Amino acid sequence: MIYRFRDLLALEPLSAAELTFLLDQSKPFQEIQRHPLKKLATLRGKTVALAFFETSTRTRISFGTAASRLGADSMNLQAEASSLKKGETLLDTAFNLNAMKPDCLVMRHSASGAADYVARHLDMPVVNAGDGTHEHPSQGLLDALTIRDRKGTIENLNVTILGDLSHSRVARSNIHLLGKFGCRFTLCGPAMWVPHELEKIAPGTPIRSVYKIEEALEDADVIIMLRVQTERQHEPSISANDYIHGYQLNAERLKRAKPNALVLHPGPMNRGIEITPEVADGPQSCVLEQVTNGVAVRMAILYLLIAGDSEDGAHPAVRQAPATPTAHNRRSTDDAAQHPVSKGKDS
Amino acid sequence: MLEFRAMKIVEKAQLMSAAEIDRTLQRLAHEIVEKSGGTKHLALIGIRRRGVPLAQRIVQAMRGIDGVEVPVGILDITLYRDDLSKVAPQAVLQSSDITFGVDGMNLVLVDDVLYTGRTIRAAMNGLFDLGRPQRVSLCVLIDRGHREMPIESQYTGRVVQTSATEIIEVRLREIDNEERVVLVDRVE
Repeated sequence: MIYRFRDLLALEPLSAAELTFLLDQSKPFQEIQRHPLKKLATLRGKTVALAFFETSTRTRISFGTAASRLGADSMNLQAEASSLKKGETLLDTAFNLNAMKPDCLVMRHSASGAADYVARHLDMPVVNAGDGTHEHPSQGLLDALTIRDRKGTIENLNVTILGDLSHSRVARSNIHLLGKFGCRFTLCGPAMWVPHELEKIAPGTPIRSVYKIEEALEDADVIIMLRVQTERQHEPSISANDYIHGYQLNAERLKRAKPNALVLHPGPMNRGIEITPEVADGPQSCVLEQVTNGVAVRMAILYLLIAGDSEDGAHPAVRQAPATPTAHNRRSTDDAAQHPVSKGKDS
Repeated sequence: MLEFRAMKIVEKAQLMSAAEIDRTLQRLAHEIVEKSGGTKHLALIGIRRRGVPLAQRIVQAMRGIDGVEVPVGILDITLYRDDLSKVAPQAVLQSSDITFGVDGMNLVLVDDVLYTGRTIRAAMNGLFDLGRPQRVSLCVLIDRGHREMPIESQYTGRVVQTSATEIIEVRLREIDNEERVVLVDRVE
């Protein structure tokens, strides 16, 4: 057994071997993105519930595309249109989605730990598509896959993360993943966005904070840009002009990094603010590869978590003891319902 | 898989020696070239795992016949299987590797043993995601019967009558460090 968990909630608890396995499993799915026909029937008859309690365009479409290319159906819940607006609790919404018998729940929520909380109450796999300022595991994986494809390795690289680090779950997932492969991190941004606590989130991983972009870019192999997250900022913000002056990644500044340094951005990009179009569209930019790889990584995640989860319910990654053995949907009932579907595939 | 391990595997007979495998592949290479009217638009697709070295060896034999380099592709069918839930989802996925365009091609799928036909069905699903070949035929080293699909091979090394509990093991030097085909049986 390679992957120990039923869910994908965070990258922090995963071992280097598990992370490598997830990256390797994404490779065949990358190849499928290049096929003229991209749709598999691998997860036919399975349903993926996409519950985005916080707005998202890219990640939601990416997971939806991944599900569809695996042959699965998806159900979509969006915050604006949901009953959360009408006062339903998160757990009640999750139980209601669960009652429609999906095979996996992909969720994003503005509260850190929300996916973990829901996973403890459901007996189906849960994928964290971003929880508050905690983690965004699929983004961390797709970034690593993109770096590995371009550089041939994710080991012992100098990684500079630029921007609003205090609110960034992307930065945390990147540090937890790449840190396990010996990467060294330089965090850079305006002082109020670069909390010193971040230097201690991954014991054993060298992490330093600097406040001058020129210094941060020195010797960098990989530069990960972060979006300025206005929706999460409560303290007085920095003006756009000051940010451009102090922290914009332009061609001149990029020269300070290693000649073949990669530039990543999780999107959406603010062209002309944190990054110049010249850099964003330049040969060192991996922005669109990240998006393509995102679908492949998410296909690998859904395949791993859903594919083996049937028959006698003996998924190798099922956690030892479900936290709440409620009668919401016992695995056995589920399987009885699914069995004819999988049997009928060949007829 | 667990009950499988609890059973004892007994070798009942050797079906083919290394020399017989080689002669059979030579004959199959000739048959394919003959029935295809040459090697134009011809390509072989080896099904992972043991179909791959077999396809490579057939192509090597064709070099001696026509002097032409026939392209070989590799197809991994894991994602196209119809019994996914019975397969360990944690098995490491392998990539397919087909570098030529399949549109309009005369493709020959190559596998070691033809049994239920489900592998071939899966392979065809995978193949048609890549384009629209002109023709697809099948070449196997051993046809052991017990079909569950309307699938037959056009190029067959040997037909072997088997019981359901018996297993045909094609052992190839590229993968198994030995070269022979054996019939084994499971006993409680």
